Amino acid sequence: MDVRRDFPILASNDMAFLDSAASSQKPEVVIEAMDTMLRSGYANVHRGAYRLSGEATDAYEAARAKVATFIGASSPREVIFTRGTTTAMNMLAAKWGGDRLVPGDNVVLSVMEHHANLVPWQFLKGVELRFANLTDDYALDVNSLRNRVDERTRIISITGMSNVLGTITPIDQIRAVADTVGATVIVDGAQLVPHLPVNVETLGADFLAFSAHKMLGPTGIGVLWGRMELLDEMDPFEGGGEMIDEVGLFESTWAPVPHKFEAGTPPIVEAIGLGAAVDYLTDLGMDAVRKHDAELTAYALEQLATVSHVTVYGPTDLNIRGGTISFTLGDIHPHDLSTILDENGIAVRAGHHCARPLMDHLGIPATARASFSVYSSSDEIDRLVAGLELAAKLFGIAS
Amino acid sequence: MGLDSLYKEVILDHYRNPRNRAELADVHRHADGNNPLCGDKISLDLTIDGESVTGISVQGQGCSISQASASLMSEAIKGKNLQEIARLRQLFSTMMTSDETIVDPDRPGAVLGELEALAGVKAFPVRIKCASLPLATLDVALAGDAKPATTD
Repeated sequence: MDVRRDFPILASNDMAFLDSAASSQKPEVVIEAMDTMLRSGYANVHRGAYRLSGEATDAYEAARAKVATFIGASSPREVIFTRGTTTAMNMLAAKWGGDRLVPGDNVVLSVMEHHANLVPWQFLKGVELRFANLTDDYALDVNSLRNRVDERTRIISITGMSNVLGTITPIDQIRAVADTVGATVIVDGAQLVPHLPVNVETLGADFLAFSAHKMLGPTGIGVLWGRMELLDEMDPFEGGGEMIDEVGLFESTWAPVPHKFEAGTPPIVEAIGLGAAVDYLTDLGMDAVRKHDAELTAYALEQLATVSHVTVYGPTDLNIRGGTISFTLGDIHPHDLSTILDENGIAVRAGHHCARPLMDHLGIPATARASFSVYSSSDEIDRLVAGLELAAKLFGIAS
Repeated sequence: MGLDSLYKEVILDHYRNPRNRAELADVHRHADGNNPLCGDKISLDLTIDGESVTGISVQGQGCSISQASASLMSEAIKGKNLQEIARLRQLFSTMMTSDETIVDPDRPGAVLGELEALAGVKAFPVRIKCASLPLATLDVALAGDAKPATTD
C-alpha cells in the first residue's frame, strides 16, 4: 500500500512511526477538509436559521451518514458522535449498565480489556464483574467466557481487537454465548474498526464504540453505534442544549436518537475530519487495509523471530491477529528500549498500554509495542529490527 | 549527547546488580514512590541513628534509569547525616533540572560521586522523572509523609 506521500508528517520526516495503535497520523485530505470547514464553512449546527448554519448542519449530518455507510449501519441515526471510545464506554456503563442493572447482576469482560472498557464498569455498585480468560495462544478463550456467563449476566463487553496483543476476538461466538442468557454484547472497536472491514448488521454486537483519531481522523470525536431499539430505550448521558425536545423548569423531554445523546455543541470540525477519513479509507478499501496489515504483521513476526531474546506476546495464528505487536527484549525495560529506538528515529510505545490487569496476567510490568497503519512499511520493520540489535548490543545482551 | 551518555557502564551495572537490596533489622522510616503512567516503582526503608541514615534498603521495579538511580542514591546517602543528604539532594536537583553545570568534566565524581553518571539523562527530558523518582521517594521518607511519592 503506497500511500505514504498522502501523509504530510511522514513526507517531511523520515522516522519509522510504529505507534499507530495509540493514534494514527492524518492524511492531507483530512487536514484539508477540516481547514476548509474552519475557513469557509463553519457555524454552529442545529441552531441558526441562517444559511451558513444550515450548511454546517448539512455537512455535520453528512459526516454521520458517511460513518453509517462505512460500518454498514441501517440508518445514520444509529451513529452517535461522542468524544471518543472512552466517552462511549462510559455512556454505556452508566446508562445501559448503571440505569438498568440491579445488585447481583453481572457484567462479563475479558482480562485483556483496555482501561476504557474496565474502569467505567467498576463504577457500578453491587454489580459483579467477571473476566473471561485467554487461551495459551492469546486468543479469547470462548469456553472460559461460557463458564463466566449465567442467568444474571446482563452485558458482555469485550474488545474487538486487543490494543496490546493484537488479538481479534470471535464476536459471532461471543454473540452466541450472550444469546444463551439474553445478554447485550458491547464491542470496544477502538482497534477493530481502523483495521478490519466491519459491518454492524452481521457483526453480532448490540453496541460498537470507536475513535476517529486511531483511523486517520482527528482527536476529540468518536462514535457509539447501537441498534436503534436499544438506543431508543437508553436514557441520555448528558443534559444540555441540542438533546432536548420540550424543556420546562422542572422537567424536560428528549430529542429523538441520535440527538438526545449529543448534548451541547458537538465536535463539528472533527466530524468533518472523520467523514474525510472514512472517505479515504473507503477509497483504499478496508479489505485492502486488512491485507496490508496482515502482510506487515506476518513480515514483522518473521523478522522479530530472528532477533535473539525477543519475546512476542500475541497470537501465532495470523487469522486472529491485527497489526499490533507487543514484545520484550531480554531484560531491557521497554522504556529503555523505547528511548534507544527513539534515538534511532523509531517511534514505538512502551508501558502497560492502559491494560494493567493484562500485564499482571502476563506476569510482566510492561511491553514495547509496534503497531501499524495504512502508511506503515516493511522498511520501518527492518529499521525496528536493526534498532533492537543495537539495543541488545548497548545493554550487552549476548546474541 | 547520545545514548552512550545515557546508558553508561555504571548505570547498567547498578541496574543489573542493584545495591542495598537486603532488608533492614530496624526500619525507622519508609516510603513508596511510583510513576503510574510508566510503572516505575520504588520502596524505601531507612534506619536512622540520631542525625544519620545508618541503613537503607531499596526495592523496586522499572527501567534501568529509575532502578540504577535508586541504587546509586542508596550508596550515596548511606552513613551520611541529614544535612549532607539535604545538600546532595539539592545538587542532584540542580544537575537534573537546571542549565547550570555543576559537574566538573576534569574531575569526574568530585561533586556528586557516582550519581554524576545520571547527568546524561538531562538530554532525554521524558526520562528525567525516572531518574528523579528515588530522591523524591527519599524526601517523603525523611519527611515522614504517608502519601507515596511520584514524579509523573
